[in-house]
Amino acid sequence: MESPRAMDLLRFATAGSVDDGKSTLIGRLLYDSKAIFTDQLEAVQATSAARGDEYTNLALLTDGLRAEREQGITIDVAYRYFATPRRKFIIADTPGHIQYTRNMVTGASTADLALILVDARKGLVEQSRRHAFLCSLLRVPHMVLCVNKMDLVDYSQEVFEKIADEFSCFAMKLEAPDLSVIPISALHGDNIVSRSENMPWYDGPSLLHHLEHVHIASDRNLVDVRFPVQFVIRPQSTVVQDYRGYAGQVASGVLKPGDEVMVLPSGFTTRIAGIDTADGPVDVAYPPMSVTIRLEDELDVSRGDLICRPNNQPSVAQDIEAMVCWMDETRPMSVGGKYAIKHTTRAARAVVRGLHYRLDVNTLHRDEAASGLSLNEIGRVKLRTTVPLLADDYRRNRTTGGFIVIDETTNRTVGAGMIVDAS
Amino acid sequence: MSQPAAYRVSHLDALEAESIFVMREVMAEFERPVLLFSGGKDSIVMLRLAEKAFAPARIPFPVMHVDTGHNFPEVLAFRDRRVAELGVQLTVASVQEAIDAGMVHETPDGMRNRIQTPVLLAAVEKYRFDALFGGARRDEEKARAKERVFSFRDDFGQWDPKNQRPELWSLYNGRVHPGESIRVFPLSNWTELDIWHYIAREKLDLPEIYYAHDREVVDRGGMLYAINEFLPLRDGEQSFVEQVRYRTVGDASCTAAVRSDADVIEKVIDEVAATRITERGATRGDDKVSEAAMEDRKREGYF
Repeated sequence: MESPRAMDLLRFATAGSVDDGKSTLIGRLLYDSKAIFTDQLEAVQATSAARGDEYTNLALLTDGLRAEREQGITIDVAYRYFATPRRKFIIADTPGHIQYTRNMVTGASTADLALILVDARKGLVEQSRRHAFLCSLLRVPHMVLCVNKMDLVDYSQEVFEKIADEFSCFAMKLEAPDLSVIPISALHGDNIVSRSENMPWYDGPSLLHHLEHVHIASDRNLVDVRFPVQFVIRPQSTVVQDYRGYAGQVASGVLKPGDEVMVLPSGFTTRIAGIDTADGPVDVAYPPMSVTIRLEDELDVSRGDLICRPNNQPSVAQDIEAMVCWMDETRPMSVGGKYAIKHTTRAARAVVRGLHYRLDVNTLHRDEAASGLSLNEIGRVKLRTTVPLLADDYRRNRTTGGFIVIDETTNRTVGAGMIVDAS
Repeated sequence: MSQPAAYRVSHLDALEAESIFVMREVMAEFERPVLLFSGGKDSIVMLRLAEKAFAPARIPFPVMHVDTGHNFPEVLAFRDRRVAELGVQLTVASVQEAIDAGMVHETPDGMRNRIQTPVLLAAVEKYRFDALFGGARRDEEKARAKERVFSFRDDFGQWDPKNQRPELWSLYNGRVHPGESIRVFPLSNWTELDIWHYIAREKLDLPEIYYAHDREVVDRGGMLYAINEFLPLRDGEQSFVEQVRYRTVGDASCTAAVRSDADVIEKVIDEVAATRITERGATRGDDKVSEAAMEDRKREGYF
């Protein structure tokens, strides 16, 4: 029996269209890691043959909805899974066209790594720059540019380096934290699982080797203690009496019994009496552990409160500056609009006080004359909330820096916000 | 940090932490959650996660079983034993009673999978459940690969795949109007192999039919079905005894067994790791109807 203990988890997002060979690439990763099963492959082969496709269309593996099959498009984020002995991988596979910015933002929000594909014959196009920008906006810590279809440019080092240099220059402006560039041919398997003999000039790792080894443990913020209280556990039981624990998932930082902590927004300080799990007490908690914290003093703590350290607190703020991606096709966001907000475990209402600018996601041009945000548009927004948010800059903390915007009439999720400044 | 190695998180730890987070969100935001418990391996894992999420308190919601009336007796016995151990309340929504009452009608093929849906929806309405935990995983089937963790259902219980709420970070939107509900899938990111590794790690009991045993079966279209009162031999069919186990446990009239000598969990894990056929493909007659059979059933309000 193989040991699952040694494996960790990497979530990565891919963006692109069928033209880039994205589906072929994902199909190959899944196939080579034995995550595609015989019956799935046979079903796809049969469908491809019946439709008269010249080759087996691996996109059919992921495009499972009727509408997608009928229209030959991907309309939503599809999650795929595969594992090697080192790692389990979750792929958030998103469509690449501009009308699916919403889906890309969704897929990138939880990703440790973003995989961007370009066609070696075409080089960087508008879409590649847009994908890179969205990944940097969502603070995906690692980015991999795959220069695909190298077989169609005679595996040319010159072609590859030109694209790699151009992209590196562009990525520097985006402050992309960690960038790798790999020349591949998804169709032929060059540099996917093992190093390609067709490109002896390339001395970097294969894509799978990179995915297996990229160091993600230190991407977590282990400095700022942030523990949003999710649920108060108070057993109504004669066996466990007077138990009061604060359940939640550690957003960042390291907590230990005995640590002095502050509860926000009240500002009271106390110490951690113990950290419990169903498997017994633990002597340390860190992200992404789900635990239950007991405090030494009896304080009034409820869902939506946050436990931190007295000398390292988030902002307690009602005036929020944020980059917002709008996701609603029916009604645009407008200045003066009122919405519900969900931020960590806290619910609030908010009014849009102002729109500084709308950003063109292709050119990064700022349109300061814009009056609202429509579907898939991104802009810098000023919000005033009914209750204070316990917030950090999204660049420092993806959990305490991100929020969703909800339409109070339809209850739909209509926007995603990344806090730039909270005061 | 000075000692990053000390803060390691295995993939099972990360999956467990995420599922526990999801369950606590539901408990905090909904009035009347319920956990769908069939006695199958995924719902057994889900129940274990619920136990962990609220310890040392008891699981703070009831469980419900949609009973097709075509169950493996070993699974029903297991269900009742587990529910008693945990001290949770069990509600049974009976398909047989719904047939007897004329609410649903038996289909010509005798499979009761599809007629479970109206029975489930009637129970949701009767008990006014607003959140239903289901054990579905995204790796099971391609329609499920696009389903949200918090999956919105309208007041007819229907799923609209084109009109799903975007789901970002771990910020789940559980807001519903009266009559609407959310199906919650805490195991969305788990694979079949993750489930088995977790069962081994947590030393969870399973109904014995998950492990290899001798059983009288019949071969129908390459699938091995157990002969029992719900599935009698047809004219001209020959039954035989084979060493089999079940990879999935569902309605006894449409769940097939697989040939296997995996009689202990270590062997099951090796078998699952090596298999080249999906669990639903190997064992479910109901998914063979069409390419979008699952999507069509889900739209109607299926699990």
